[in-house]
Amino acid sequence: MTVLATLPFNPAPVILAIPAVAAVLLALIPSYRVSAALNVGACALTFLTALSLLVAPRVAGPFLIVDDLNIVFVVLNTFVAFTTSVFSASYIAHELETGRLTPLHLRFYHAMYQVLLAAMTLALVSNNLGVMWVAIEVATLTTVLMVGLYRTEAAIEAAWKYFMLGSVGIALALFGTILVYMVAQPVVGEGPDAMVWSVLMQHARNFDPALLNVAFVFLLLGYGTKVGLAPLHAWLPDAHSEGPTPISAVLSGLLLNVALYAVLRFKLLMAAHPGTLAPGPLMMAMGLASLLLAGFMLYRRRDIKRLFAYSSIEHMGLIAFAFGLGGPVANFAGLLHMTMHSLTKSAIFFAVGHVCQVKGTQKLADIRGLTTSHPALGWGLVVAVAAIAGLPPAGVFMSEFLLVTSAFAHRPWLALPLVAGLLLAFGALMVKLSGIAFGAPSPGTDKVKASHLPMTVHLALVLVAGLYLPPPLVAWFRHVAGLLG
Amino acid sequence: MIEHAITPNLVFDVAHMFAGALVLISFLMLYQDRLYALLNVFALQAVALALAVAWQAYAQDAPHLYVTAGIALVFKALVIPVALHRMVARLGIHRQVETAVSIGPTMLAGIALVALSMVVMLKATPAADALAREDLAFALSVVLLGLLMMVTRRNAVSQVVGFMSLENGLILAATGAKGMPLVVEISVAFSVLIAFIVIGIFLFRIRERFDTVDVDALDRFRGGRA
Repeated sequence: MTVLATLPFNPAPVILAIPAVAAVLLALIPSYRVSAALNVGACALTFLTALSLLVAPRVAGPFLIVDDLNIVFVVLNTFVAFTTSVFSASYIAHELETGRLTPLHLRFYHAMYQVLLAAMTLALVSNNLGVMWVAIEVATLTTVLMVGLYRTEAAIEAAWKYFMLGSVGIALALFGTILVYMVAQPVVGEGPDAMVWSVLMQHARNFDPALLNVAFVFLLLGYGTKVGLAPLHAWLPDAHSEGPTPISAVLSGLLLNVALYAVLRFKLLMAAHPGTLAPGPLMMAMGLASLLLAGFMLYRRRDIKRLFAYSSIEHMGLIAFAFGLGGPVANFAGLLHMTMHSLTKSAIFFAVGHVCQVKGTQKLADIRGLTTSHPALGWGLVVAVAAIAGLPPAGVFMSEFLLVTSAFAHRPWLALPLVAGLLLAFGALMVKLSGIAFGAPSPGTDKVKASHLPMTVHLALVLVAGLYLPPPLVAWFRHVAGLLG
Repeated sequence: MIEHAITPNLVFDVAHMFAGALVLISFLMLYQDRLYALLNVFALQAVALALAVAWQAYAQDAPHLYVTAGIALVFKALVIPVALHRMVARLGIHRQVETAVSIGPTMLAGIALVALSMVVMLKATPAADALAREDLAFALSVVLLGLLMMVTRRNAVSQVVGFMSLENGLILAATGAKGMPLVVEISVAFSVLIAFIVIGIFLFRIRERFDTVDVDALDRFRGGRA
């Protein structure tokens, strides 16, 4: 640990309170300009408060927990939520002009954005398994409503599918949570303590391993649905393609991570008991399946947002594989990859949102020659896609490189499908990118007042991370990777 | 475990009876081919759930569970079925339950799922007390049967009923776990409420655009997009 705990108070409740208050205010404010600005302001404030967590004391109360693991997630989440809110402000202005959304929709949208942010943060800092479950459920319901926001046939179908599959996932996760309580209850005693994360970790050695195994399978399937791991990924492409693009960015960059965090928490619990089934192989199997499936599916996409949704499945698969593989290097690679994927994928969706507005379509066939017609957007997208495909010097390359070397060192026979999946996805993205970015431009519509700042900031961070990681960050990630076992 | 006048054996048997009834009613739901009948059977399952939860409240001496039982009785056995009845009538939804898989194979799959949950749960929980573990096996059966129903039905309404039946299984499991914190029970009941509101919104939104709430009708629109 390089950062000393010096802050005298715990900022975690403040991080929860800001978006909650903002949600109420945003629901009351009719003017969309004011509410867009307030949305950005609230997100910025949340992010700044989240930064203060870095120097806050590590506390585990009955309700909230702040430890080195979840600080990484909270800071990343609030940062991407902040930049997405900046992008969202310019995105929705255009949607209003073209009449796809009305001011009333936007009021609802902004309030929901903050509710979503509050729910995700609560899921991350909650020390109680039940509260964590409720928070993830609320986050899911708000995104369901946002995905259906355009009220087109396709959007309603996507929202319905997302809702049904999400609910099944959530139900399985709740069953797993109940089982964890039943495992803990004979050891810890009845009552709320048997659901408190930090208490469970202290007593994990005395738990009944067989029931804990069953619980983990349910939790992995349940929260794994939300992570978008194959074979439970079916909702993800629809939900990404039909909702407003800022929501696609939030889904890919944030909500998938929150669900992954839940899986990691339970993996830690399993790891604390020597007699349990090793959770690694299950996660690796689901991760590899997602990677390979998405690798093949990428070739057949005809919709630009669905293309990048499948890319998210691929990357969540990679991350699950990394954490499943375990060990200091793979865990480090997993954490780094998660961070890089969040930054890069949301940058891609920032670009894609404006691209769709500029070209007036999401069909890949009708989006051509962007670098000629809209150089800033086009080249931004080229850089972002090259980064997500794993080309050096972007940070994604570094994490994938670490992961592959670690896989070769520990499980060489698993490294082969891993590399195959990476190459497959790389090829697909390059083929699609050359069509989108180069060649004769397809007819574009009017000028869109695009905001390039969030995308530029994200890409700059990703490129810098590929070349130089600040030593405190490396030390931090290494420490967390050690915790993850 | 219990200081009441009733012998532990009777407590055990009654809890078993109610939990078993839930599984049986799940099977009843699997072969209903009319929506109204399906809603009635769902209401019956909610009543059985209310009884099961109330019995647990008595057996565990946990009065807060009576609240959960009351919610099951009022909300799930009365309000939701009546509301869905009216919705089906008002929206002019097909009264027929359309199945993706015919009844026979579905029932067989259901039996297999119950066997699976018995095997998994009884093997995994030798240490837990007998009431809890067998309750859990029944609860898992109800969950899996609800899941099966969601998969094999095509109408949106019957999928929703499948989902609520699945939630019944979850509540059975949560109340069977002795001393599970109140937070969770309220949240479970609350989630049903939220889920219902969302579903209601969705049904109305879908009705705005479609002539039927058959999910297959939604699938038509996937044709053009890969």
